[in-house]
Amino acid sequence: MSDFRSDSVGMRSGGAGEDPLLRRLYDRLRPFLRLFVSLIVTFLGLLAITFFIGRVIPIDPVLAVVGERAPPEVYEATRKAMGLDKPLIVQFAMYVWQVLHGDLGVSLLTSRPVIEDIQRVVPATFELATLATIIGVVLGVPMGVLAAVHAGRWPDHLVRVIGLIGYSVPVFWLGLMGLLLFYGKLGWVGGPGRLDIYYDGMVPTVTGMILIDALLAGDMDIFWNAVSHIVLPASILGYYSLAYIARMTRSFMLEQLGQEYITTARVKGLSEFRVIWVHALGNVMVPLITVIALSYASLLEGSVLTETVFAWPGLGFYITNALVSADMAAVLGGTIVVGTVFVGLNLLSDFLYRIVDPRAR
Amino acid sequence: MTKKGNDRSVPPVPEEAPSGAGGLRAWLESDAPTSAFQARCVRAWLTWLKFSSNPLAVTGLLIIVALVLVAVFAPLLMTHDPLAQNLSDRLLPPGEKGHLLGTDGLGRDIYSRVIAGSRITLYIVGLVTITAPLFGLLVGTVSGYFGGWVDIVLMRITDIILAFPKLILALAFVAALGPGIGNAILAIAITSWPPYARIARAETLTVRNADYIMASRLQGASDARIVLAHIVPMCVSSVIVRVTLDMAGIILTAAGLGFLGLGAQPPTPEWGAMIAEGRKFLLDQWWVATMPGIAIFLVSLGFNLLGDGLRDALDPRSGQA
Repeated sequence: MSDFRSDSVGMRSGGAGEDPLLRRLYDRLRPFLRLFVSLIVTFLGLLAITFFIGRVIPIDPVLAVVGERAPPEVYEATRKAMGLDKPLIVQFAMYVWQVLHGDLGVSLLTSRPVIEDIQRVVPATFELATLATIIGVVLGVPMGVLAAVHAGRWPDHLVRVIGLIGYSVPVFWLGLMGLLLFYGKLGWVGGPGRLDIYYDGMVPTVTGMILIDALLAGDMDIFWNAVSHIVLPASILGYYSLAYIARMTRSFMLEQLGQEYITTARVKGLSEFRVIWVHALGNVMVPLITVIALSYASLLEGSVLTETVFAWPGLGFYITNALVSADMAAVLGGTIVVGTVFVGLNLLSDFLYRIVDPRAR
Repeated sequence: MTKKGNDRSVPPVPEEAPSGAGGLRAWLESDAPTSAFQARCVRAWLTWLKFSSNPLAVTGLLIIVALVLVAVFAPLLMTHDPLAQNLSDRLLPPGEKGHLLGTDGLGRDIYSRVIAGSRITLYIVGLVTITAPLFGLLVGTVSGYFGGWVDIVLMRITDIILAFPKLILALAFVAALGPGIGNAILAIAITSWPPYARIARAETLTVRNADYIMASRLQGASDARIVLAHIVPMCVSSVIVRVTLDMAGIILTAAGLGFLGLGAQPPTPEWGAMIAEGRKFLLDQWWVATMPGIAIFLVSLGFNLLGDGLRDALDPRSGQA
């Protein structure tokens, strides 16, 4: 009996020299490690899917290079040169290697490397999605708070209706209707594209984001023209983000408002304004950040259709243009980029949540 | 899910059953059902009471019923042949020359095309909601039942597909398979099964060690039999609720693919493709793009309302305070 006890104590003290430190380090790092591993696995999965899609196409990639009438020797040689005679797993490894080195193939449409095309179009999408998220946050958070505070009354119903419409209206149709009303009938905003045609190419490209480039060039005419063009697509996308953010804010706030510290704050005699907008909202901020990250990720998806409607020269427009002309390298390259950003934002929001909220660890 | 917070949809507690009155209602609201069949009927009836006390849910149901009726009786409702072109009657505004909603760029009657489109929409939704949940159920139950490596591998694949933006993935699949309504359906199904697999797996984990599973294993039931006959039925109801909630999303994705020219091909009167055609005339002949959009909006609104109502009525954790 005593043997056993001393033994166990000995074991514990024996390890105490270095173990706790390592252990704590490991505990600290574990979320990062898990994030890293799941990022890698998911990324490989994404590449596996695009690789699979690329091979499923019923076109022989060799024929596309050598042409129909190439002699069999040339065909075989090209096939070897392209690595298509190797086992599938080796081909996949080669594919991953290429993608990791930024080689996404060459676009049929522009005959430039896909990666260069994408670098050129990404700022436009970034600009649009960021502006939409700002709209969504600035309007959505207060609406969600009001809906929670007045649960069951008209602000609450309003948020519910906005959400319901957001889930039911096709985004491309809403965009067309917006164009019809605000551009066609009322003339309040600019039409499709990022600028009126006579301003095209007048600002030097620095960041690729037209608003910032115009400001850098100091040309306010162009800046306001760009604003009139971006405001509609950004509002349409922002609407979807608003609907989601308001709904989530509402449910987070309801949870907070039912807690005891809120009663305490009220009993202390704090103003209702302070209780709601400082105490409750402050605690909601943490989960809200993850919601905003998620909504940003889903905007990338919504931007595919919105950009097509507004002829907005971003990633979504690039992908749909490539689709129409069966430019597979460009489609798959775009898919990889969007997918990677999407996965990254998802994991990041999950991770942030775990870091900031100790209960979720 | 459970934070919906409005408890207006609490089912009316059945009043004291009028004694002696052996009516159907009394039988349906009985506290002490005498047979398994009656118990099932009572349960269904109470669910229905709860569902029908929610006006939004009933509105949704009515929209969907109307959609089905329109699709069934489409030939009777159409005033013109949806494919017949009449170039001398191009782009007529609504109401002119007997064209209720006007005509499109080829002189086809928009009203008849919208009606015909309801069949295509139902066809797409029907096929996706049969294939994707079945596949998801299979993956989820197998994964949950066998556990171990099977579970890890299957769930990893599920998570990977779940991690992607659905529309982008569907676009890439259609790009590879070629445009067309069949391929669009396939692409949507491929991208929408993972949530069902997750739900089915979660349900399976809660029942896999239940006594009745043990009992049937002791009786010599095979794994396939246990999964198909004893586990799958337990997962069906939560999967169905999720499917109803997803239907609007399926419609919107299908319409989006159609709009991009990757779904149904012209001259098929698919709503998304019709909007794409109307885009050319947007500023001068607004009705061409507007009408099919209203149809999409109404139908997905109907499915959303129905899904919300079903969830509130079927989910024992919400409502029933």
